[in-house]
Amino acid sequence: MNANLTLILTASFLCGTGVYLILERSLTRVLVGLLMLGNGVNLLFMVASGPAGEPPIIGSAHAEDMSDPLPQALVLTAIVIALGTTAFLLAMAHRSWQLNGHDDVQDDVEDAAIRLLAQADEASDSHDLSQELTTDDPGEDTFEEEGATT
Amino acid sequence: MSVDTTTLIPLPVVLPLLGAGLTLMLSHRPQAQRLVTISILTSVVAIASILVVEADRNGPQVLWIGGWASPLGIALVADRLSALMLLVSAVVTLLVLLYSLGQRMTDDQKEAPVSIYHPTFLVLVAGVSNAFLAGDLFNLFVSFEMLLFASYVLLTLGGTEARIRAGTIYVVVNMLSSSLFLIALAAVYAATGSLNFAQLAVRLDEVPDGTRLMLQLLLLTTFAIKAAIFPLSFWLPDSYPTAPAPVTAVFAGLLTKVGVYAILRVQVLLFPDSPLSGLLMWAALLTMVIGILGAVAQSDIKRMLSFTLVSHIGYMVFGIGLATQAGTSGAIFYVAHHITIQTALFLVVGLIEHRAGSTGLMRMGGLARLSPLLAVLFFVPAMNLAGIPPMSGFIGKVGLLQAGLAVGTPLSYALVAAGVVTSLLTLYAVAKTWGLAFWRTPEQAHEMMRALPGLEDDLDDSHHQHGFVIHRQHVHVGGTAFGTQELAEARRVVDEDQPDRDLHQRLEDGSLPARLPLGMVLPTAALIAFSLALTVVAGPLYGYTDRAAHDLQERTPYISSVLGDDR
Repeated sequence: MNANLTLILTASFLCGTGVYLILERSLTRVLVGLLMLGNGVNLLFMVASGPAGEPPIIGSAHAEDMSDPLPQALVLTAIVIALGTTAFLLAMAHRSWQLNGHDDVQDDVEDAAIRLLAQADEASDSHDLSQELTTDDPGEDTFEEEGATT
Repeated sequence: MSVDTTTLIPLPVVLPLLGAGLTLMLSHRPQAQRLVTISILTSVVAIASILVVEADRNGPQVLWIGGWASPLGIALVADRLSALMLLVSAVVTLLVLLYSLGQRMTDDQKEAPVSIYHPTFLVLVAGVSNAFLAGDLFNLFVSFEMLLFASYVLLTLGGTEARIRAGTIYVVVNMLSSSLFLIALAAVYAATGSLNFAQLAVRLDEVPDGTRLMLQLLLLTTFAIKAAIFPLSFWLPDSYPTAPAPVTAVFAGLLTKVGVYAILRVQVLLFPDSPLSGLLMWAALLTMVIGILGAVAQSDIKRMLSFTLVSHIGYMVFGIGLATQAGTSGAIFYVAHHITIQTALFLVVGLIEHRAGSTGLMRMGGLARLSPLLAVLFFVPAMNLAGIPPMSGFIGKVGLLQAGLAVGTPLSYALVAAGVVTSLLTLYAVAKTWGLAFWRTPEQAHEMMRALPGLEDDLDDSHHQHGFVIHRQHVHVGGTAFGTQELAEARRVVDEDQPDRDLHQRLEDGSLPARLPLGMVLPTAALIAFSLALTVVAGPLYGYTDRAAHDLQERTPYISSVLGDDR
């Protein structure tokens, strides 16, 4: 199979940028990342369908010259699904902004609590932990976002 | 039979989708909505039962949608495995829906708008059914998207802060896994020119080994995220517990099992020669052990159960990883058992939340005396989960362990050992919950809450008082440790100005509902009865799963009934 190098390079660029953006904290950037990744993946389908050809309509061209219509149908489905998910994520980012004043992806509260327990276990008995672990505000150092609620 | 049963195959997908549209139109008439949803889910149960009988008698039932010629169209296939999964999921979804109707009338009015609940739930059911029936990879992708989309909405119902926080992670993780799935689809199509399972099974044999391995790894990674297998399970215990009880129940029961089903289908049908046994078994081992250690550490029942869910996925992956008929059969039996039991437990947790006002172990006690019915409802599925004989959890585990011993490699022995340890630790985790929430009195729980903030000053000593030990900032009650988060919680409860109250105080106030609503109890009891029925019919059921596993390992029944005999 002859693959189109331009398509592959564009797809890999989009996927790479997408992954980089997904690693961000802000949900809007994550969303842009997911969209770029999705577009990159859709281009991969174009690579999978082989070289471009005539429109696949019976009577308009020879069967051998036609391009494969199936990957295009699959990509169309994928685009529609991505549209719906994007709208939903945007609504979530907006709701998050309404509630917290930001749209950052937040840590798991209970996980942080258990992480603190583990920290307490690592110190020896004679070590004074009360200096390091503030009991009234668990996760002071793990949730910087909580300060930014206004 | 005079009626062609293949025409029934699309109904478990089509009926719920039609119902979703209908209930959306009836959004101002809750009575009519209820009627439509219940009757549709009941008929799905009936159809699934017929399909189970048909698939068992006459082999895989195939329908090419729209009447396209054999390899061109979209195929729906109901073989023994699909039909069984369909039946179990249909029963579970029906009972969960009845439960949520019972709950809706009593509480949660604000947080869960009734009008969108029914349509979304029906779309979820359609997605799950479609995933079990899909005869090609792309249809599987579409059904994943259907059920995921419904789950996004159900998980964030009401849009409260906790649900948005948990939902964000859930949605992003699943979008990422969907992108991975699409990459896998593109790669599979480029390599073989088809996405139909049966055609792939034939064509993948001719693909070079390296390419095939890459395709297999891509698909496995995708499904492992859905099924929450260890290195990819981090998202689950965080996102599930915040949703309303019936939603968590149906997610825990079904969504991860759809992932397990996909792994099973792909492994045995598409890649029978290179099962990647070692990789899957290592993943199973880590999933079991790390999951259950997480469960032991939790101080909230919902989170504890979410971790046992992750842990017990390991059993099923173990069975699949063995790549023998006995292993596959054990895995299928365990999936059926685990769907019912995990859903039942989450429904019971919903009842506990209703009766005690919380699911935190710190603030509860004496539920056994307060509500003996609740205690029985928790005890039976909890013991079943841990695998106490003679219940179905025991039978499923014994089947898997025997299959592991039959293989006889060092790794399979290690997995058998890990399986036994996980079972014991599960028993420990549920027994801990039992001891704290059901056995001690609410006064004891309250005394401990009151004592906690006062004892902060002399934390460096360990000392005994009221039957618990303070040591290194942890409060030990029996084998359970509570930490800083719980201290803060205790301070909130003790502080007169805060609205936060524990069970003892709320009992004094009389602010808790005195009785469990019948509409919630009956479906829960029915589901537990169903799980016990799995024990009663375990013999025939195991025979059925053996035949299903035999078909899967043979591959020819599936391939020849989809592609037609070579004539």
